[in-house]
Amino acid sequence: MNAQTEPRFVRIALITIALAFFGVFVLLPLFCVFFHAFSKGWVYYVQTLRHPDALAAMRMTVTTALVAVPLNLVFGVAASWAIVKFDFKGKNLLLSLIDLPLSVSPVISGLVFILLFGAQGYFGPWLVAHNIQIVFAPPGIILATIFVTFPMVARELIPIMRSQGSEEEEAALTLGASGWETFWRVTIPNIRWGILYGIILCNARAMGEFGAVSVVSGHIRGLTNTLPLHVEILYNEYQFTAAFAAASVLALLAIVTLIAKTTVEMAIKRGR
Amino acid sequence: MRSVRSYGFITALFAVLTLVTPVLAAPKVTLLNVSYDPTRELYQAFNKAFAAHWLGTAGAEVEINQSHGGSGKQGRAVIDGLQADVVTLALAYDIDAIAEKTDLLPRNWQSRLPSNSTPYTSTIVFLVRKGNPKGIKDWDDLVKPGVVVITPNPKTSGGARWNYLAAWAYALKHNNNDEAKGREFLAALFKNVPVLDTGARGSTTTFVERGIGDVLLAWENEAYLVVNQLGKGDYEIVTPSLSILAEPPVSLVDRNADRHGTRAVAEAYLKYLYTEEGQEIAAKNYYRPRLEAVAAKYAGQFAKLDLVTIDDPLFGGWQKAQKKHFADKGVFDQIYQVNP
Repeated sequence: MNAQTEPRFVRIALITIALAFFGVFVLLPLFCVFFHAFSKGWVYYVQTLRHPDALAAMRMTVTTALVAVPLNLVFGVAASWAIVKFDFKGKNLLLSLIDLPLSVSPVISGLVFILLFGAQGYFGPWLVAHNIQIVFAPPGIILATIFVTFPMVARELIPIMRSQGSEEEEAALTLGASGWETFWRVTIPNIRWGILYGIILCNARAMGEFGAVSVVSGHIRGLTNTLPLHVEILYNEYQFTAAFAAASVLALLAIVTLIAKTTVEMAIKRGR
Repeated sequence: MRSVRSYGFITALFAVLTLVTPVLAAPKVTLLNVSYDPTRELYQAFNKAFAAHWLGTAGAEVEINQSHGGSGKQGRAVIDGLQADVVTLALAYDIDAIAEKTDLLPRNWQSRLPSNSTPYTSTIVFLVRKGNPKGIKDWDDLVKPGVVVITPNPKTSGGARWNYLAAWAYALKHNNNDEAKGREFLAALFKNVPVLDTGARGSTTTFVERGIGDVLLAWENEAYLVVNQLGKGDYEIVTPSLSILAEPPVSLVDRNADRHGTRAVAEAYLKYLYTEEGQEIAAKNYYRPRLEAVAAKYAGQFAKLDLVTIDDPLFGGWQKAQKKHFADKGVFDQIYQVNP
């Protein structure tokens, strides 16, 4: 039927290994999360999620994503547009710097903000004098999240824009469109699925980030806890079922992200 | 085109608003108590009692927010700007560090409240699995080969430093104050420690939930919590012949409280720890109360044992002990380096 050169047993072995790994490392933990989350029943599950601290953590997580994702979207589109459509000095530097947050450990990403905005940091004395609180408060959490999710949109857009080239924009410009019009009417429609894809990934990371946020949060329950940090607190307080209930919300988010991602991928394929 | 522009503007406005609102909204008086790991249950109960007390006496509502973690880490966060009105940490050195590195509170903070600013005390005991299968009775059983000991990292955890110093006290008292023997003893002990968590709570979870280790060196209050609430019948407490009087102190963080306008309520909060109600709550959470009447009432709850204090000539206070044992290249670094 198709040109497969590997003998049958190799194929079966490979598929078995892949499925076994998938089962042990992905399905089993996922099943465990939901199993533990509901081990004390529906009522308890809903109660723990409606606890004021849990609600505050969800609010903090959503607020963070609502700020971080639009900002990174604007940056991502601008950066990838600049990188793909123009030639300028420092282009390669920008291209490699965009990836920096992905290659650096999240703990370092958090510590950077302590060093900058902490009371002992570079801007610390000025901030204290003006009564502005950045680290150990929501702004610090949002900043750290923006930092770690910084590359998500740009990384998706750059390859898409590269493969499309600049012909359509050039045609629009020749026909008399302004640069701004070209951008909104030609470039953006061409990359709209890429943008959506980037937003989905960016949002998933923004809501799920633990390391960087943990460093700048200060762990004040009800005030500076995000959902992932709330899971840790509950776990450390021996409220294991409640911890898994909160974790199940994050797991659900991951599943929704996965479905959205697949849908968008299919849309991109159809669009081509 | 106009709609596109205004959309951008709304996004920016929204971003600014979400950044600002949490800072502006402050309906009632709130206090931030930055504490160490095992006090979670204690302050949950105490905060409720104090809020009722404050409503009754001052007629005002107060909400107390909590932050918990390894004591050293928490002190570091206050130094870096965590807006604590009060700190309730595991040992005096961590509050000393705040006074040294910042002007948030005066250097003589520990003399401002009774009993070294320590409203409750505790000690270090052993938690073993049911039936004590390894037959652990005292500190010298911990250095035997094949015994797996769980304790947190003394660099970040207050409880871990009390654990370490209790072991040191035992080693010196049984070796005519020979420091070389003391180092050998601790090196052998830490050879039996497979994992150093950053806080006491992490170590308890390692021992109880992950089932690692034969013995957990734990705060007495933490050990009781496990025995009475977490795993009834699965664990036993072993009280060694000698341990250390762990004094977890409390202090107002003057600068922060003044800036928040919370000095009065923060001071009242700490003083309430010393009242009969406060001491009862401490005792119920397995901390040793200072107040005679309450201590007598709960005397049966706590084992009697030899307790050395941090001011014993063995240590000479927290400043000396910290420098000698836990500072960079101190005794702990030397003995822990020997066996990677």
